[in-house]
Amino acid sequence: MGATGLATPYLTLAAILFCIGLYGALSKKNAVIVLLSIELMLNSVNLNLVAFSKYGVKPGLTGQMFSLFNITVAAAEAAVGIAILIALYRNKGTTDVNEMDSMKR
Amino acid sequence: MVSAYSQYAWLIPLFPLLSFLILTAAGRTLRGAGPYISIVAAFASFVLAVLIFWERVSGGVEDFTWNKLQWLRLGDTSLTMGFEVTNLNALMLVVVTLVSLLVNIYSTGYMHDDERIHVFFAYIALFTFSMLGLVISENLVQLFIFWELVGVCSFLLVGFWYFKPEARAAAKKAFIVTRVGDVGLFLGMLLLFWVMPEHSLSFSAITNAFNQGQIPEATATWIAILIFIGAMGKSGQFPLHTWLPDAMEGPTPISALIHAATMVAAGVYLVARTYPIFMEAPTALTVVAAVGAFTAIFAATIGTAQNDIKRILAYSTVSQLGYMMMALGIGTSVALTAGIFHLFTHAFFKALLFLGAGSVIHAVHTQDIHEMGGVGRHMKVTAWTFAVGALALSGIFPLSGFWSKDAILTEALVQGHPVLFAVGLIAAFFTAFYMSRLFFLVFTGTSRSPQGGHAHESPVSMTFPLMVLAVLAVAAGFVFTPFNPWLGGWLTGEAHEEHANYLVMVLSTLAGLLGIGLGYLMYYKQSVRSDLVSGPAPGLYTLLSRKYYIDELYQLVIVRPLQGIGSLLHLFDVYVVDGVVRLCSYAVTGAGRLGSRMQNGQVQTYGLATLLGLLILMLALAGRRFIDAG
Repeated sequence: MGATGLATPYLTLAAILFCIGLYGALSKKNAVIVLLSIELMLNSVNLNLVAFSKYGVKPGLTGQMFSLFNITVAAAEAAVGIAILIALYRNKGTTDVNEMDSMKR
Repeated sequence: MVSAYSQYAWLIPLFPLLSFLILTAAGRTLRGAGPYISIVAAFASFVLAVLIFWERVSGGVEDFTWNKLQWLRLGDTSLTMGFEVTNLNALMLVVVTLVSLLVNIYSTGYMHDDERIHVFFAYIALFTFSMLGLVISENLVQLFIFWELVGVCSFLLVGFWYFKPEARAAAKKAFIVTRVGDVGLFLGMLLLFWVMPEHSLSFSAITNAFNQGQIPEATATWIAILIFIGAMGKSGQFPLHTWLPDAMEGPTPISALIHAATMVAAGVYLVARTYPIFMEAPTALTVVAAVGAFTAIFAATIGTAQNDIKRILAYSTVSQLGYMMMALGIGTSVALTAGIFHLFTHAFFKALLFLGAGSVIHAVHTQDIHEMGGVGRHMKVTAWTFAVGALALSGIFPLSGFWSKDAILTEALVQGHPVLFAVGLIAAFFTAFYMSRLFFLVFTGTSRSPQGGHAHESPVSMTFPLMVLAVLAVAAGFVFTPFNPWLGGWLTGEAHEEHANYLVMVLSTLAGLLGIGLGYLMYYKQSVRSDLVSGPAPGLYTLLSRKYYIDELYQLVIVRPLQGIGSLLHLFDVYVVDGVVRLCSYAVTGAGRLGSRMQNGQVQTYGLATLLGLLILMLALAGRRFIDAG
C-alpha cells in the first residue's frame, strides 16, 4: 500500500475519465465531440503520469515532464484534427462521423 | 514323362485377358472387329486347353505346379502365386474354354444389334479370364482373388442392360448374395491359414496335411463347412440360391456362360478341389449332401410352376447343382467323380438349352412360354437341338445326362444313402416333367402370340454352337459309364471297379419317362387337365410359382430390417454428421460475413474492434497467469 494507496483516488478518476473518453470516441456522431473525447482520454493519461510521478515507486519529475509534452502534442494534434475536420466539413457539409467512410473505397 | 504343354498352361487365361485389354483400350474404334478378336482369343485358349487335356489323357503326365511368383510377405511366411495343372483342372479348362468359345460365336449373332457389343465382348473375355485363372490357381488365396473377379464380372454382365431397373436389381442381388457366401469362404481360409503347417495355402500342401490327418477333425469340419458356404453362394445352393434365377435379366448368352461352365460351376469345383478337407470331416460331408439334396428337389419343384423360359432353366440349374453337391456329399472318390462328371455333362446340355432358349427369344421377342407355341415349325434346328438338350437333362438313355445322373444315384444307393437316392429320383421326375412342359408349350401346338407365327430360324452364328453342343450333349456321357469307368480312375488316381446297377438305371429311366409322359399328356395331348394339381390345391401352385416365398421371407427378415437400420443411419448421417459439417461451414461463413461487415470504413468500428482485441489479449494474459499460479 503506502504511496500507491494515496494514488488510488487519482487513478480511479483517471480510469473513469478514460472510460468516458473511450465511450465518447467510439459512439459519438459528431466529429468535434469525438476529438473532445480523445482529449479526455489523453488527459486521463496525463493524470496517471502525474499521480505516479508523485506517489509511484520512484517519485520524480519525469512523469510530470511527460505530461507537459503530452499536453503540447495533444494541442498540436487538436489543431491538426480541427483543420482536417473543417476541410472535411467544407467538402461534405457535415461533421457526422458515420458519413466519413471514404476509407472503405 | 515330361509335360510339353502343361508348363504353358498359364497362357490359357492370358489370351482372354489380352482380348479384354485390347477391347477395353480400343473399344468403339474397332466395333466390327471386336467380336472376332474375342473369338480368336477364346479359340487360342481352347486349342491349348485341348492340347493339355490330350497330353494328360494319353500319357500318365504328373501334376505340374509352378509357384515361384512371390507377391506378399507376412512375417516369416510368404504367399506365392502360380499355376497348377492336374487332371481335374485340365478337364475344367476344356469345358470352360469350349463353352466360352461357343458363347462368343453365338453372341456375334445374338448381340448383333446392341450398341455396346464391344463392351459385352470385353466383359465376356474378362469373365473367361477370371474363371480360367480360378481353375488353374495353385493356392487358395489366388483362387479367392479370381473367385471375387468372377463375382465382379457376373455383376457387370447380369447388369449389362443397366437401363432396365430389374437388371440393375438382379446384378446387385447376384453380387451381394454371393458375397454372403464369400464371407464364409474367407473365414474358412483364415482358419486354414491358422492351422496349416507353415501357413501354406497351396492345394498340394492342403492335400498332404489332410490326407496325413495332421488336422483334427473338429477343425477340419469347421473349415469344410465354411468353404462350403462359399460354394453355396456361388453355386446357388438352398438358402443362397435366390440370386441365380434373377440373374436371368442379363443377356441370354451370359446366362448360358454363367449357368453352364463358369460361375456356378466354381462352387462345385471349389469343393472338389478342397475335397481332402471334406474327406476328413464326415459331418461337413453330411451337410453338403443334405443341402445338395434339398436344393435339388426344392428347385425342381419350383421349376414346374414357372412361366418364364429362362427362369425354368435357371431353377433347373439350381436343381442340377444340388445334384452335384449331393454327389460330393457322399464322400467317396467315385462320388467325387460322379459329381464332376455331372458338372461336365451339365455344362454342355445346359449351355445348349440356354442358347436354344436365347434363339427362341431372339425370334419371338418374349420370354413367357404361354405366349409362345408352335415355334418348332419355323425353327427346326433350334427345336431339334433343344429337344436333345431337354432329353439329356431329363436323363434319358443314352444321352449324357443319363450317365451322369445314373453315376450319382448308383453311388448314393451303393454307399447306403437311400434317402439321397429317393430324393434324386423324385427330382429327376420333376426335372423331366418341367422340361417336357417347357418343350411342348414352346415348340409344339399353335402359336399363341402375333410374333410367334412369323418366327424364323436364327443365323448360322447362333445355330452352329447349338449343333456342336447337341453333339456333345449326346456324346459326352460315354467317358464315364458303368462299362467304361475310365474317367474315375483318371480323375482321382484310384482304380474304379465297374459296377453297373441295372435297378438304378431302370428306376431313373422310369422316373424320366414318367415325367416326360405326364408333360406330354398335359401339354401336348391335353388329355390330362393341366390344372390337375392347381385345380384342387391352388395354394400349392401359388406356393410353387412364388418360389416358396423365399424372396418375400428375405425381404421381410433381412432386407426390411437392414433398410430400417440403413435409414436410421442415414438420418444420423444427415442430421448429426452433416449437421456438424454444416455448423463448421456456417461458423466460417458467419465469421467471414462479420469480418466483411466490420470493414465499413468507419474509424469508430475499427476502434471498437481494436478495443475488443485488446480486452481479449488482456484476459488471455490474466488467464495464463491464473493457470500458471494454479
